[in-house]
Order: sequence, then C-alpha cells, then structure tokens
Amino acid sequence: MEALSNVRVLDFTHYVAGPYCTKLLADYGADVLKIERPQAGDPARRLGPFPDDAPHPEKSGLFLHLNTNKRGVTLNLKTREGASIARRLSESADVVVENFRPGVMERLGLGYEALVESNPRLVMVSISNFGQDGPYRDWRGSDAIFYAMGGEMYSTGLDDREPLKMADDVVLYQAGTVGAVAVMGALFAARRSDEAQRVDVSIFETQAGSIDRRMSALIAYQYTGGISGRRPVENTGGYPQGVFPCKDGYVEITGGGIYFPRSVRMLGEPDFLAEERWHAPGAQQDPDLKAEFEEFFYPWVLSRTKREVWVAAQAARVLSAPINTMQDLHADPVFAERGVFAEAEHPVAGHLRYPGRPFLMERTPWSIRAPAPLLGQHTPEVLGELGYTATDAARLKEEGVV
Amino acid sequence: MSEPGVALPLEGVRVLDLTIVWAGPYCTSFLADMGAEVIRIESTQTFPPAPTRGARARPSQEELDRSPYYLAGLPGRVPGDRPWNRTPLFNAHARNKRSMTVDLLRPEGQQVLDRLVEVSDVFVENNPTRTMERLSISYERFRAINPRIIMMRMPAYGNSGPYRDYRGFGLHMDSVVGHTVLRGYADMDASTVTPVLVCDAAGGTHGAFAVLAALNHRERTGEGQLIELPQAEAFIPMLGSHFMDYSMNGRNGGTRGNRHPSAIQGCYPCKGEDRWVVITLYDERDWQRFRAALGEPAWTREAAFADHESRLRNQDALDARIAGWTSARGHVEAMETLQAAGVAAGAVLDQADAYADRQLHERGFFQEAHQEDTGTHLYPGAPYRRSGEFPRFRRGPVRLGEDNEYVYKRLLGYSDDEYARLEANGHIGMDYDESIE
Repeated sequence: MEALSNVRVLDFTHYVAGPYCTKLLADYGADVLKIERPQAGDPARRLGPFPDDAPHPEKSGLFLHLNTNKRGVTLNLKTREGASIARRLSESADVVVENFRPGVMERLGLGYEALVESNPRLVMVSISNFGQDGPYRDWRGSDAIFYAMGGEMYSTGLDDREPLKMADDVVLYQAGTVGAVAVMGALFAARRSDEAQRVDVSIFETQAGSIDRRMSALIAYQYTGGISGRRPVENTGGYPQGVFPCKDGYVEITGGGIYFPRSVRMLGEPDFLAEERWHAPGAQQDPDLKAEFEEFFYPWVLSRTKREVWVAAQAARVLSAPINTMQDLHADPVFAERGVFAEAEHPVAGHLRYPGRPFLMERTPWSIRAPAPLLGQHTPEVLGELGYTATDAARLKEEGVV
Repeated sequence: MSEPGVALPLEGVRVLDLTIVWAGPYCTSFLADMGAEVIRIESTQTFPPAPTRGARARPSQEELDRSPYYLAGLPGRVPGDRPWNRTPLFNAHARNKRSMTVDLLRPEGQQVLDRLVEVSDVFVENNPTRTMERLSISYERFRAINPRIIMMRMPAYGNSGPYRDYRGFGLHMDSVVGHTVLRGYADMDASTVTPVLVCDAAGGTHGAFAVLAALNHRERTGEGQLIELPQAEAFIPMLGSHFMDYSMNGRNGGTRGNRHPSAIQGCYPCKGEDRWVVITLYDERDWQRFRAALGEPAWTREAAFADHESRLRNQDALDARIAGWTSARGHVEAMETLQAAGVAAGAVLDQADAYADRQLHERGFFQEAHQEDTGTHLYPGAPYRRSGEFPRFRRGPVRLGEDNEYVYKRLLGYSDDEYARLEANGHIGMDYDESIE
C-alpha cells in the first residue's frame, strides 16, 4: 500500500511547479489524473532535454521526469462539453491542483465556487506567479525573476558583479514542494471541518518565506537595519574556507574560524601549525597568516582529487564537499547502491534513468508504477469510467473535445 | 482558520523536535503552522551545533560585528541577555513551537525522552547519525514504546552506507549533488561560487510533506513508520532537466550565469548603487511588447536583433543595449514599467525593498510577533495561504526552555518536587550552563 493511495487528484497543471507538486502526490500513491490540451499537451513536452537534441512531444526529459505515475487525459476546456467533463471529474476528486494565470479557471467555469457546489469537501490548490490577488496578480515571471524579487538573489554572487540566479527551475520545484505540503494540510483540514479548502500558493512568496537565507536576512534587517549583500571575491571568513581548485576539479572546504583545529588535523598536523600564533585570538582574521597558510595549503589541495580531499576532510570532521558534475553524481557508486536513481521503460522514449525517491518510507515506499503518460493515453479509459460509450468517445474526438 | 473554534489541520498531533540548523527546523515549522504541538527538545548543558542558536552561546560584540547579518544580526546588533533567543537564523523558523530542556547524556534525561515518546505522534531529527547513536535514539526503541510513532530522520547523506558519517551543511550537499557547478558566473571558475542553502529549504519542505503523507497512512491503518530523508538525495529531483540531460545525452550542463536555455534573460544594472532588474523575454511577442515599452528605439530595428534566433545569437550586444535603458531607471521603476507592458521583469529586491514591497504588504505576508528577549517585530510568514489567510503566528519565536513547566508538569505529570529536583540537576532551565561560552 502507498501512503496516499486513498487520495484522488485532478491535475490541471503544466510546466514545472504544478507538475512537481502533483508528481510528489502521484509518486507516493495518489491517483493523479492529468488534464492536457488536445494536440499540444503540456508545454513542457516542447522543452528539452531531448535524446540527441531532437524535439519530440513524448521524449522531453523534463516532462518525463515531472509526470511519472500520472494518468493522462486530453480535454479542450474551452468547449462546453470539455469543461463539463472536467467538472464531472472534479466531483470524485479529493484535490484539484491548477497553475493557470489567476482568473482562467473561473472563466472556464471551473473556479473554486463552481467546483465546490458539487463537491463540498474539495481541496483546491492554485499555484501562480504572485498569488490570486494583489497588485502583481497578473504579472509575469520566470524562475530568475522570482528569485530576484522573493529570494536571496541580492546576496548571491560577488559584490563587484551582478547578482546570480540558481540552476534552472530550482525555484519552481521548491514552489511545487510547498504546494504538496499545502495540499496535505488542506486535506486534513477538509476532513476535520467537513468543509472545502482553497489554497493559494504564490511562487514569489515561496521564496520570500524560504529558509535559504532569505528569512534570516529579512529578520536581521528588521532587528538591525543591516542589509545582507554579496561578498567580495576574497573571503574574509577565516581559512581554509571556500571553493578551491584541486587535482581534478574543485572542492569546497568549510574549515576556518571555529573549525580551524579540525583543518589542522585534516592536514596531518604539520609541526608549524601547532605554533601558538595560529591559534591566538584574531589569527583567523590576520591576512599575513592567511597568506602563509595558503603557501602550505595550495600544494596540499592541488595534489589531491576532490574525492581524496573530501575523504580526508570527513576523517577530521571538517565540513567539505567535492564540486560534482552530473557525471560525477551519476557515477557515484554510493548513491547508486542506495537506490537514489530509478529506472523506467517508456513506450516511446525507451529505457532511462530518472531521479528517484526524495525520501524513503519504510512501510509505504516510493516507486515508479508507470512512466509519464503519452498524450491522451488514458482518455478512453477515463471516459469509460464516466459512462461514455466508444461511439461517444469517437464523437468527442471528432469535435475536438478530447 | 479565521473562525475561532475551527480546528487547525494538525491540532491534536504532537511532534517531538530534535532538530538543528535549518532543514529540520524548517520541516517542523510547517507542522507547527498547521497547528501541531511541536516541542523542541533542547539542552542547557550542551550548545547545539553552530549555527542553530548562533555560533556560540555567549558571542562577544566583536564576533557579532564581523559576522554576516543573517547569522549575527541580533536586535540592535548587540548580544543582549540570552543571545541564543535573539538570533535571526533561529527565529526564522521558531514561531508556533514550544521548547523544553533535558540533558539526554544522562540516564534520567533518557527517561524523560521515553515519557515524551509515549505521548507523541511524530519525532523529527536531522543530526549526524553518530550523534543519535550516542544518545541511543533509534526507531526500534521508540516503536517499542509507541507503535504508532512516525519517526522522521533527515541525515545529510543517509543513516547507512559509506557516506553515513559524512558531515555537511546545505552548501556542501549542493556541491555533492551537482548544483554548485551549475550556478556560477559563466566567465569565472567554480572557485568564485558563493554558497546558497537551498538544500535546507528543499529538505525541510519535502520533510513536512513526508510527515503529512505518513500521518495520512496512519489515519487509515493505525501504523506508524520510519522515514529517512537524506537531505542531499531529496534535492536531486529538483535538478530534473540537468539530471535527464545526462541520462539521455551524457552531457554535463555548465553554468550559464543568469541566461536562460531558450529565452533572452539577464540581470541588468539600474540607477543607484547596486540596483538590478531581471528581464526575461520568452519569444517574439515579448520582444514586441518590450520594444513598445522602450518607445521603439532605433537599435531595436538592427538586423542583429531581427528575430528571436538572432537575438539569442547576439545576446552580448543586446545585453549592452538593454543595460543602456535600465541604467537610466530605478530597479523598481524598470520592473513596474515593463510589467505594465506585459513583459516579465523583476527587481532584485534587497531586504529593505522586500519589506516595502506592495504585493507582500497587500497580501498580508508579514506578521508581527512578540518575544520577551527580542521584542516585537515584523516577520516573514508562511509560504502559502489557506482559506484566505496565511497560517497565523499564534506564538512568537520560542525561547530556550520556555515551556518546561507545561511539558514536565501538565503533559508528563511530574510533581513539583520532581520538577525542582530536575531543575537542580541542570535538566530544566532557560539559560545555557555558565561553563558554555
């Protein structure tokens, strides 16, 4: 049994944030019915990566990853009959998730008020750029824009350069995860109160309320009036501290300040580092000592691989990490052995390795029970569940409804 | 939630919280916001790993002065009494929680833990595996006391396997799973990449989802269970397209800085000191809106910018032109002008800008909260709304040991005499032992 096998989700989401929310639900057992536009489908189908960079709507790596374990139905929601089928599907759903621009669901006759009329305990979750109301309601965005406005982009990067974003889509995945948390909370609320629940997730606010430095920096400003900015290229927070070049790439070491004695152990306790001057108050802030330290340290780090440095650091309880590439991650035997990666067979895209479970549940494990749906793959099955005959289905297809 | 008497989603669910730094505490803050009774288990005899409640229990003024604000921006920039209750890093997640103290390194402290487990529903921890072993904390032990318990463990790289005892903060996990190398400046090497702690955010949020999923399962079956969420591993799905590109094409994506795989995107300088705006132009329609917003200057008709493909190819030249326009405007002004024309643009908001942001204010994102050692302040709130409002701050950021009376006497039924004895023995208190610097 999966943890969420009693939860039925009607999924009107596309692109990244919404689909990651419903992927989490589906991968832990919810029955997720994904609605896509006939012909075009989820726009993520047109975004790469594709095998050999050849675009194909059933081979988008992004789409395949984000839509595992979902059933796929095509519906033209702009037709009267399409919207009516969607309404009927919502009657048996516990949760509706959507990430259209605010107001779109209402215009389609699928707004909260309309759906709750025939399903009084429904949980409806909307994920949008800036929220369902307020002066920015209709504003447009991108992952970089949400990070700029909501997150700590201002203090990310170097002080003599422009602020820097994170890797593609990370901000959107975070919003999707918050969405999944909110879905679960609202489900419990609906069960307790016997009342429908409306959840409003603003991607902008998922950054403003993110623990990744933003909340602390905001509170520090409240407490002191001080602004947290980007740092100079030369790190002043003690030594060894930061990212260093090594034999086969780069390695991060957090070994300065209070951790300096551990760094001495990592370096094999050379005699000169036992001298009092290295351990006196202020030694970690002394630029001359730092320069002298680095004369010893750089040859040490440059003659070792990132993995060798990592292992030496861990043995001395120094915080450290290799700056891994995707290749390093995929080749890591420990991650592979722990089952971090998943494999799935898709009828068009073939056999591929996917990111696996984010966490292990002892009794209700994660699994890929089905790969991402082909466009409209489950339309006949779902129409059948609603009582449509094969003749009806053919007519709906002809009329462009499905 | 707005109506008194309506139960919060997790009212009646008790969560024991033995978490440190950020990922674990962020996880339990979601649960506390939903009405769970989250009890932090702390100790006055051991200072938690830095920077959970600061770098040290009693930092000097000089130390605070040279540390970054987000770590050391205590109210008024002074240590004050009980600096551990005043640190922004802790107070970011500590609303709606309770705190009790007990020394788990002594047998009588361990007995208190057993009694807590007996009356609780969920146990959350994110400590090094070895630390938990030293305290004899395991799912087997807790399950024997309370078969319905849900235990959530959030190690860095796993509670078993060769990386079991590898230590790391979010920034280290970020590097191990391949994110760091994807987010530097395109023209600089990896040694200039500065830390982000998004693994803490991702781990904490996935952790809250995991606990809620396990509670759903328990509601149906009565079964508790063990959850293991290695924080590094939980972040890997969030690098989806990069991961899949390697799966499909054996390709290592490098950093593009602020550029986008298919849109024109950059972070452009604005009028004033260190002011910036991010602009994203997805397609031809966006370009036409952008040109119109700029008043159709002559350079937008140059052949190099004739279509989306040309613009992508000539983005260096285009960036210089765009920067020419943004440099003459304030960052918020540039954002407002472009958004009014239907163009995706966002000012890089520093902390003061964010507090002044009209969308966050109008939506009621910030909430006022009071705490005795810190005073009354406006805090960033929860990242979603339910039924028209953000989960409320029912209590301010919790102080060390603030709820000892409640936990020992009301919840566990200790007598006044027993309480006094535990207090005399250093289990119960609101100050770190004087020997802790």
